[in-house]
Amino acid sequence: MTVLVSVIVGLGLSFVIGLAARAALRAAAPARHRPMFRDMPLTASFGLAVILAYVVVAVLAPVIAPFGEGEVLGDQYLPWAAPHYLGTDKLGRDMLTRLIYGARNTVGIAFATTALAFVAGAVLGIWAALAGGWMDQGLSRLVDALMAIPALIFSLLLLTIFGTSVLTLILVIAAVDATRVYRLARSVAQGIVVMDYIEAARLRGEGNWHLIRREILPNAMAPLAAEFGLRFCFVFLSISALSFLGLGIKPPTADWGSMVRENATLITFGDITPLLPAGAIALLTVAVNFVVDWQLQRASGLKE
Amino acid sequence: MGRDILLSIRGLRIDGRSGDAWHPIVKGVDLTLHRGEVLGLIGESGAGKSTLGLAAMGFARDGCRISGGTINFDGIDLRTAPEAIRRGLRGKRIAYVAQSAAASFNPAHRLIDQYCEAPVVHGVMSREKAEGDAVDLYRRMRLPNPEDIGFRYPHQVSGGQLQRAMTAMAMACRPDLIIFDEPTTALDVTTQIEVLAAIRDIVRQSGTAAIYITHDLAVVAQMADRIKVLLRGDEVEEADTRSMLAAPRQAYTRSLWAVRSFARAEQPPGTGTPVVSVRNVTAGYGAVDVLKNVSFDIHARRTVAVVGESGSGKSTAARVIAGLLPPRKGQVLMGGKTLPPGFRARSRDELRQCQMIYQMADTALNPKLRLRELIGRPAEMYLGLKGRALETRIRDLLALIELEPDTYIDRLPSELSGGQKQRIGIARALAAEPQLIICDEVTSALDQIVQEDILKLLDRLQGELNLAYMFITHDLATVKSIADEVVVMQQGTVVEHGPKGALFARPKQDYTRLLLSSVPEMDPDWLNRLLAARGEHA
Amino acid sequence: MTGIWRMIGQRLLLGVLTLFIISLVIFGATELLPGDLARELLGQSATEETLAALREQLGLNEPAPVRYWNWLTGVLQGDFGVSMATQRPISELVGARLGNTLFLALYAAALSVPLSLLLGVLAALWRNSVFDRASNALALTVISFPEFFVAYILILWLAQTGLFPSMVRITGATTTGDLLYSAFLPALTLTLVVTAHMMRMTRAAIINLMASPYIEMARLKGMSPMRVVLRHAVPNALAPIINVVALNLAYLITGVVVVEVVFVYPGLGQLMIDAVTNRDIPVVQAIALIFASAYVLLNLLADVLSTVTNPRLMHRT
Repeated sequence: MTVLVSVIVGLGLSFVIGLAARAALRAAAPARHRPMFRDMPLTASFGLAVILAYVVVAVLAPVIAPFGEGEVLGDQYLPWAAPHYLGTDKLGRDMLTRLIYGARNTVGIAFATTALAFVAGAVLGIWAALAGGWMDQGLSRLVDALMAIPALIFSLLLLTIFGTSVLTLILVIAAVDATRVYRLARSVAQGIVVMDYIEAARLRGEGNWHLIRREILPNAMAPLAAEFGLRFCFVFLSISALSFLGLGIKPPTADWGSMVRENATLITFGDITPLLPAGAIALLTVAVNFVVDWQLQRASGLKE
Repeated sequence: MGRDILLSIRGLRIDGRSGDAWHPIVKGVDLTLHRGEVLGLIGESGAGKSTLGLAAMGFARDGCRISGGTINFDGIDLRTAPEAIRRGLRGKRIAYVAQSAAASFNPAHRLIDQYCEAPVVHGVMSREKAEGDAVDLYRRMRLPNPEDIGFRYPHQVSGGQLQRAMTAMAMACRPDLIIFDEPTTALDVTTQIEVLAAIRDIVRQSGTAAIYITHDLAVVAQMADRIKVLLRGDEVEEADTRSMLAAPRQAYTRSLWAVRSFARAEQPPGTGTPVVSVRNVTAGYGAVDVLKNVSFDIHARRTVAVVGESGSGKSTAARVIAGLLPPRKGQVLMGGKTLPPGFRARSRDELRQCQMIYQMADTALNPKLRLRELIGRPAEMYLGLKGRALETRIRDLLALIELEPDTYIDRLPSELSGGQKQRIGIARALAAEPQLIICDEVTSALDQIVQEDILKLLDRLQGELNLAYMFITHDLATVKSIADEVVVMQQGTVVEHGPKGALFARPKQDYTRLLLSSVPEMDPDWLNRLLAARGEHA
Repeated sequence: MTGIWRMIGQRLLLGVLTLFIISLVIFGATELLPGDLARELLGQSATEETLAALREQLGLNEPAPVRYWNWLTGVLQGDFGVSMATQRPISELVGARLGNTLFLALYAAALSVPLSLLLGVLAALWRNSVFDRASNALALTVISFPEFFVAYILILWLAQTGLFPSMVRITGATTTGDLLYSAFLPALTLTLVVTAHMMRMTRAAIINLMASPYIEMARLKGMSPMRVVLRHAVPNALAPIINVVALNLAYLITGVVVVEVVFVYPGLGQLMIDAVTNRDIPVVQAIALIFASAYVLLNLLADVLSTVTNPRLMHRT
């Protein structure tokens, strides 16, 4: 029953946030972008609002948080009451504070990892599509073989070998996800490389650098941007899963995945506190997915 | 004509959606069709002729809506009738033949299964009866092996045969009306003749009414009893075929008729060293030779048209000259000097001398670059122009292709019409100050009136700038208007080569004669005469 | 028909080659570590004797190609070596758990494949309807949830009320019926996550085809929307749909790891997490190889099936 009620309340709240965000975007957008926001679905405006809120919380974490990140303040598993509005965890740290710092740590690490994976994968993918020939074949077959190992399994294998620290976590996940970015960037670039305007530029005698910078990248931006959003979700979920399994970000750093793990026992007593960090993860991925879905639909709609 | 009226459309309005706005595609058109009559709908792209044809079935594509008027088919109002009634008519009493049979047959099912679908689902006849009927219709459509061809999958049958099989499928329920939507546009001219003849005979024999949609006047002249001309969703005029051809009333119709009359004078034969000389070139992909021992020359101020059907190797010849496909044997000379076979090995100046204009301006211009950079880049690269000199050059080039520089210089390609995009393609080629321009089907994707403007522009530029053109096309009308010399290609070899006048007047080879005679003419009796003449030969 | 057999033969050969490369990668990954693996595993405080013993046990004194050869030939005979943590043969550890994991994956597949294909086809059929929009938003939401979030919500909702157990115990006396009941929550978790993916991809594959001229032709022949989708779109969407199913079944393999941990399900995933925590490299390698092989075999099967269902390849002129 409570689940049903909270689902309904949540949906209603999301609906209101979506409406408000859409109205705000329409009012704030410069005139030439206004048509884009006019028919944006509520899911997308809700997503944008949520992403914005996460960014604000992450940036202002020390200002907003009522206590220090690792401060042990009292008894463990205190119930929801002032001054610990969301209670305390198993070491007696303030749950709300750790949730707020988690926005900075978990999202920050996921973002850095995605950026790393993206730069490596996209650069190599576009280059391979442009170069063609045996270098493209060699690199692509290698990536195919690496992709034949499921991502989480491969990450686990690498973490076993290199040990678990934040740095190895970032490098391992970035390496694994770079293969996926490579594949997409290559296929996007291959679609562009066969265009007559690329042939014309090659016949003109343009070098590879010019081809990538002026002819390919501007046309590849839309799919690559969407891929960045999707890839962020994957990376974010992988890191959270690894942290949840005790192999990712380690305490005392506040991190949502490990917070779920640490406090999971509460679930069996019907306490939803451990679901809060999990929900925080879910909410952000939902938001990013909604925005990406909207952009992808816009892109495919424009083609027709 | 005292015959019954089968289809009556009054004040039909159809809107299409682009983004969030609806804009009109068909703007209040009337149409009357009697039983057994063939009406030709003619117009350029964007005239709304396909949309109108589909509306005659009570059908609007996704993103389109019928917003006004009535469509009365044999006493049934197709606009207000329930969807179930309309669905019951489609395929049974009104059938459709699409432009590309290859894409419109379902690749997963055999032809016979697709043939039988409509008669069986609509309850017209049993599956056994339908199969027997199919063989009969396949035979009447003059398809080879009518007993067996139905048991093939679409990908196992050639394009011309598929188009006939699709007409047979449309006939399956013996409909009262068939909509033909450009059924021969995707076919080569020599294939087109057979399909046209088969369609015309079967429509006449069965007394079916038809709406025949095309952009090709000469084709519609063979097929239709009456012709209706459309322009941007409005009717221009309507008359029976012979009087329309003899005396078009409206200026727009006359301009459509006049297109074919543009022909420039043949230039004197070239002398001295040719700009480009193709010597005994054999080239191909993988193990297949697409070009076999091909030779021809192109002189300054002359236009050499390379003509052939799909698969003749005409575009491959252009790729060899441009250096995109290094030949297996033979060589390409420029100004008497041998060019390196691959473009990567050619010097910047060699690259500059030979420029290319593409068929699809949409894919030939980078959609994210403004005209300033599109046109300016070759001038910057090859001629080292910078700053004010570059700006002046870009503006001069825009003026040369008759686009107002101030208005257009900072536009994106998406903000231009099809003809304007093709002009930008020309300007980009000119910016390099080349000697030779390869034009690969540059007018094929354009409307006839726009085609004429582009041809005239190319003709003027050639005179002013001493250019040599290699003009690749499948369209003999274009050859007649612009070429000085013609190279006829078939299956990778040069069949015949000579000055335009002599080649058109006295073709020496059978294939050239076949190709020339297959080009439809405006005369409504042309198809009859041609079939009669070929019948005597056979 | 000889063409198609040759094509299938090529795919199989490629699959074997991929498996070989994967075995190289899984084995070779340990070689990436700079310095001494034994010291890395035992830490700075290890004595020379224990280090030497570990090197001996891991065969580190042999050159890498020899060790690889020994490992590979062992694996092919079902001998994965010995666990460093428990000193028991790995095949013994893996044996029963492999069955449990396969059971869970099949259970989830049996629930999710029919469900998602049905939902995907319906969403494509009723494109842009309320059903389509709602199911799309819901699927997107579920996809965005971490597996442990879905799992805990289900526990909170269905296990707290006592309907289903939140922990799975498998003993020798467990009957299939008991197993189906006690493994319901983990299977449901996996089903939810995978169904969302599969249904969206099925819908996309069909809608992609709905723009084809032959679909318009079918509609212009007066065929009902249901018939258009089932008879004209679905046969052509088979290859993409088969790939979608294979991809998602392969995804189950990844999902299984987290779900097994949440529900304390005695499967390979849990074993792998324990092994990773203990840095029990031979066990991790063995399980990674098993998961990767399952993944490759699924994709191979999908490849062969989509070749066989393609009329262009089956009926060549």
